[in-house]
Amino acid sequence: MAAAARSQVMSLYRTMLRESAKFPSYNYRNYALRRVRDAFKANRNVEDPKAVERLMEEGRQTLALIQRQVSKYEVIMYKHQRMVRCHCSSFTCDAFLLHDDVFLHFIFPL
Amino acid sequence: MLASGRTVSSRLLRPTAWLPLRLSSERTAASSPQKELIKKHEQDELRPLYMDFQATTPMDPRVLDAMLPYQVNYYGNPHSRTHAYGWESESAMETARKQVADLIGADPREIVFTSGATESNNMAIKGVARFYKAKKRHVITTQTEHKCVLDSCRILESEGFDVTYLPVQKNGLLDLELLEASIRTDTSLVSVMTVNNEIGVKQPIKEIGQICRSKGVFFHTDAAQAVGKIPISISDWKIDLMSISGHKIYGPKGVGALYVRRRPRVRLEPIQNGGGQERGLRSGTVPTPLAVGLGAACSVAQKEMEYDHQRVSMLANRLVQKIMSEIPDVIMNGDPEQRYPGCINLSFAYVEGESLLMALKDVALSSGSACTSASLEPSYVLRAIGADEDLAHSSIRFGIGRFTTEEEVDYTAEKCIEQVCRLREMSPLWEMIQEGIDLKSIKWTQH
Repeated sequence: MAAAARSQVMSLYRTMLRESAKFPSYNYRNYALRRVRDAFKANRNVEDPKAVERLMEEGRQTLALIQRQVSKYEVIMYKHQRMVRCHCSSFTCDAFLLHDDVFLHFIFPL
Repeated sequence: MLASGRTVSSRLLRPTAWLPLRLSSERTAASSPQKELIKKHEQDELRPLYMDFQATTPMDPRVLDAMLPYQVNYYGNPHSRTHAYGWESESAMETARKQVADLIGADPREIVFTSGATESNNMAIKGVARFYKAKKRHVITTQTEHKCVLDSCRILESEGFDVTYLPVQKNGLLDLELLEASIRTDTSLVSVMTVNNEIGVKQPIKEIGQICRSKGVFFHTDAAQAVGKIPISISDWKIDLMSISGHKIYGPKGVGALYVRRRPRVRLEPIQNGGGQERGLRSGTVPTPLAVGLGAACSVAQKEMEYDHQRVSMLANRLVQKIMSEIPDVIMNGDPEQRYPGCINLSFAYVEGESLLMALKDVALSSGSACTSASLEPSYVLRAIGADEDLAHSSIRFGIGRFTTEEEVDYTAEKCIEQVCRLREMSPLWEMIQEGIDLKSIKWTQH
């Protein structure tokens, strides 16, 4: 039972590192990578299966948080403000939008 | 190695002007951290390193994650008692209150949400002083407090109160005997900040609390820079009022809290009157998303306190050792032991502070505090600790926080050393020092 859990733990660890590496911001990305590594390192000797399960659950929730936040930061980290022609596939749309709005316009077409 | 989750259609949408930023983040694993950092800071589109964590802090992603549902979806007024929107907002607000209370060891009923530490300080100082003004007309504070505390005291003085501004010693700490001697029979309040925002000095709050409790005087502390960074217990330290700021602990800007003790009860005259929210002490709709953010920031801070403290201490030592071992005549302002490690105030002799800040243009630093940075005078805190005029002008505050990396610290130290040497080369005072002339013996004549 512990052996099966180990591969799950390693898989969660790898997934968390992979997702953390997607943060567009240098500081958040480094913090997430470092914190995930240090958290797994600190808990590497936990034996009690209940504690392991609790920590794994916490890890999965944190993974979901990272995934949610990464996608939000990608939308937010626009820098340049230029008017562009909307590229969405609807023929009826001929909106002129600021750069920031292009992505959101695609997600929430009016 | 960066997993590319982009689809074809989203690639079409992505504006090409974005590319420089994405490229730099894609090369995370490929290049060395040092190269990545240099690339980051020598390109025009990219922004300076952030080393000013005392001015404000970026929001922790965990805090933003907790706040977003309340910005978008659960938008009810927490004081609406008749429908589910109100109930769910109220329950979120109460959860946040509990999170803030747990961080400082208080009861949730003792926490009042405000718009920030400035409002909390105003409420505490003016509120307590005015409530007890019939019998007690004396307030004590120190010379190194935040501007909002000093300004509130100034207003009290104009209302007829007596205010004593206690001096601090050379290391920034308060002299306890002086405090004890200054307390009179008509003193209502003593206000001393826990950790100073300019020099990082940690006051002996436990002893001050003991003195105030024994003399029957209320003790207020502005803990904006200390909450979530050092362990605080309002019962051990006998604190009666405490100000908390959201944006100093990786929470949102525009929210803070005031801890008001219930046993023994501290009475306040409210500054903001209205519908009686927050026990009548601070009327006005509590901003649910901000309160939730503050609560989340406090709970994250409680979990991460030890890890962050170790890391910040390590980085601070690294920075200070590096700078002090390479260049002479650098003075750290404030007590070296009784301090919060993440706030380092260094004075570089024979170098002008503003020009050093301009030279370090790819690092975001400050000299003195943000709220006094507009004036030309050197910081009053440095003057209070007795720093020489010229050293006060050449001081820089380095702020290290949860998200600072080793590479950023190394880069800052190297750039700082480089620029200080360059500025000193240009300085005639430095030339004179090298020749062994004592600057204080020079008679500066007018032409």
